[in-house]
Amino acid sequence: MILAISGVVALLLVVDLVRDRAAQDAHYIGAGVLQLAVLAQLVAGCVALGRTDRDVEGTVFVSYLVTVAVVPVVGAFFSLAERSRVGTTILLLAVATVAGLETRLWDIWTARG
Amino acid sequence: MAEPTTSSAPDRPLAEGWGRALVFVYGIFAVAATGRSAVQLGDDAGKVPYWLSLLAAVIYLGATTCLLVGGRTGWRVAAAAVSVELVGVLAVGTWSYLDDGLFHDKTVWSHFGQGYGFLPLVLPFAGLAWLRATRPSRRP
Repeated sequence: MILAISGVVALLLVVDLVRDRAAQDAHYIGAGVLQLAVLAQLVAGCVALGRTDRDVEGTVFVSYLVTVAVVPVVGAFFSLAERSRVGTTILLLAVATVAGLETRLWDIWTARG
Repeated sequence: MAEPTTSSAPDRPLAEGWGRALVFVYGIFAVAATGRSAVQLGDDAGKVPYWLSLLAAVIYLGATTCLLVGGRTGWRVAAAAVSVELVGVLAVGTWSYLDDGLFHDKTVWSHFGQGYGFLPLVLPFAGLAWLRATRPSRRP
């Protein structure tokens, strides 16, 4: 779910990066949707951790959940400070980071990581 | 995007333009490496690679801070940190391929940062290129 949102936002960003534009409102809305999704994930993840009897490393799992919830908003602030191609790149990096962290989260949840 | 550049200022801020993107990535790696080394050292403080993770974390933190602080000293320390980082990722990367046993547990730098999309390998080059472009002695 979150991977899909990251994918869509990343695609939007790449298009505008190629067109050499600063990050647009649509991107920030996309990042906002992503932010809501990772916040929901933070809550859902903690609840799921409390209920599961899987062999999940709790501390690591929660720290990843928190990190992934912080990345989009920090990325958005950084990119707002640089209204150029650079800002678009930063937002893209942030979205890519979220995607990367999501795969790690999945590894930890399935206890392979 | 035509925007007024600050290149005529005596010391070009290190954390503007592409520097800001660099600070963002270095910041992420600082957090990632710190978290990883904390967890690993908490598990078992007796393994060399775990201490290398901590070293990587300190270097990323240092580089991030210096880029943000800027100025002549900031530039120098950042250059030193990024150079150590480059040597570190090359040395640990090569070492981990030669002796897989020691680096069974992944660190940020083992296998040239494979677990991080090889970004740790690319990052020091980007950092050095940026520092070269913002060298304090340069008066454009």
